[in-house]
Amino acid sequence: MSWAIAAIVVAMFVHTLFSTTTRFGQNGTQPRFEWHLIFQYLFNRVFVFGAFITIILTAAAMIVGVALGIGLASMRLSKFGVFRVSAALYVWFFRGTPVWTQLVFWGNLAYLYPTISVGFPFMHSFESWSMNSFETNFFLVAIIALGLNEGAYMAEIVRGGILVVDHGQVEAASSLGMGRALAFRRIILPQAMRSIIPPTGNETISMLKTTALVAPVLGAVSILGIKTGDLNEAALNIYSSNYHTIPVLMVAALWYLFLTSILSVAQYFIERHYGRGFVTTSHKRVRRSLRATIQEVPR
Amino acid sequence: MSAPHLVEARQVHKHFGRLEVLKGINLTVERGEVTCLLGPSGSGKSTFLRCINHLEKIDGGELLVDGQHVGYQRKGNKLYELSDARISRHRAEIGMVFQRFNLFPHLTVLENITLAPTKVLNQGSSVVVARALALLDRVGLADKAGSYPSQLSGGQQQRVAIARALCMEPKLLLFDEPTSALDPELVGDVLDVMKSLANDGMTMIVVTHEIGFAREVADTAYFMDHGVIVESGKPQDVLVNPRTDRLREFLGQVL
Ligand SMILES: Nc1ncnc2c1ncn2[C@@H]1O[C@H](COP(=O)(O)OP(=O)(O)OP(=O)(O)O)[C@@H](O)[C@H]1O
Ligand SMILES: [Mg+2]
Repeated sequence: MSWAIAAIVVAMFVHTLFSTTTRFGQNGTQPRFEWHLIFQYLFNRVFVFGAFITIILTAAAMIVGVALGIGLASMRLSKFGVFRVSAALYVWFFRGTPVWTQLVFWGNLAYLYPTISVGFPFMHSFESWSMNSFETNFFLVAIIALGLNEGAYMAEIVRGGILVVDHGQVEAASSLGMGRALAFRRIILPQAMRSIIPPTGNETISMLKTTALVAPVLGAVSILGIKTGDLNEAALNIYSSNYHTIPVLMVAALWYLFLTSILSVAQYFIERHYGRGFVTTSHKRVRRSLRATIQEVPR
Repeated sequence: MSAPHLVEARQVHKHFGRLEVLKGINLTVERGEVTCLLGPSGSGKSTFLRCINHLEKIDGGELLVDGQHVGYQRKGNKLYELSDARISRHRAEIGMVFQRFNLFPHLTVLENITLAPTKVLNQGSSVVVARALALLDRVGLADKAGSYPSQLSGGQQQRVAIARALCMEPKLLLFDEPTSALDPELVGDVLDVMKSLANDGMTMIVVTHEIGFAREVADTAYFMDHGVIVESGKPQDVLVNPRTDRLREFLGQVL
């Protein structure tokens, strides 16, 4: 049975692959994908810079997001009501409004607040800064906007992971004299990681593509005298001048696929790290116990 | 100056919502004594044990370990709960062994044992590791230091849990049905470790259904039912010649 399904899947895959190069029913090649252009653009400088910017933005936004998520999740579980409520409000707001809107807001922060000052509300202020440099800082604005948004999603992922950890673990840690912070860091979080990593992998891959929203809001950025943006912006810049839309977008897609593949490999190793000591992490084992359960069902 | 009794409970009350689980428990434990708590399911044994190291708060009465209120401070006539840090310091002096072991699955056996002494007591890691390995040897698991809990049998896991508690050098060890989750053939090893601890003068409070163990090892046995202590005394008396019908009935069920 599984062989037949495999054969059909392989056939469909090969057919699709051929359809991009050869047109069935006709002799000759499929000209509209323009594969020669794809190879020509693949390592174009604009794309290489674009990939670089996409990687930087994704990595930085995820670092901010994960750190914020862990902080917010521990606030949600705090014994102080103020912390619980503020963390819940944060998640409610940043998850409930579009990331695009948030980007536009941060992009216009310098317009909304030309100076930022520190002091007592409605009274004396000690120090104030001009926001001019913030307005022009593409990376800073993008990382703040994407990171703060991601923090809200990560908070829920981390909270979910923590709830899965057996309560007996907290009790054992407490009975050994560990305080809340130590128990959280050394006992709860490492075990929660097992269920936090897979959705975080999803978030990272999704962030890879969300970075495409940055350039349309904040404009392009100059690196080594070349005006560029993230991968998507790079594609847009190229095809809007020469109309090679499909091949250029295919190049961007290949780059995204490449980056995603690297992330998947990284995820595999991180999962293996946090899965140590747990037998149920192994997919083989899960399959075996599923099979055993199914066989127990009377026919 | 040390307190007259290591553990002293006076009229300890505890309720969960409207359910009154402990209805005035009085109990004293002397240094070096083994105390067994027996009783039917739901009688409040675990709850009482958990009150001793403040995993549960008490609603009335007093509970002192070595002359100190665990988790509380007395001001005038009232008890005030201490800060987390100070509660933790009290708990670090009281070891606890759980029915379901509660080893840390992401840490090796050795890491399970050494984490708290190094991070809570701030002892140097070479001293702690040496002590941990000696304890592992003592519970018969010298070769398992690098294993993960999931690679051990239940009986082995429980012996690691005992070593983990001992490595904190506690003045009191609490056991909550340490052998109830074990296959019958693994119970003996764990009980043997507990007996050897008793012989070495460790003060222990043991909730158990192992009447044989209680009779052989305990200095004092308490029989609890519905949140009160029904009978107490030397196990040779209490468990051999029960005075109440409730204890007689209970012994008939477990033996
Ligand atoms: N956290 C809790 N919330 C509400 N009720 C609880 C809680 N913990 C225990 N109880 C109730 O308190 C009563 C005493 O429970 P406890 O666990 O102390 O009994 P036990 O003597 O240890 O029983 P067993 O032999 O089954 O372990 C039970 O009726 C139980 O349902
Ligand atoms: Mg119990």
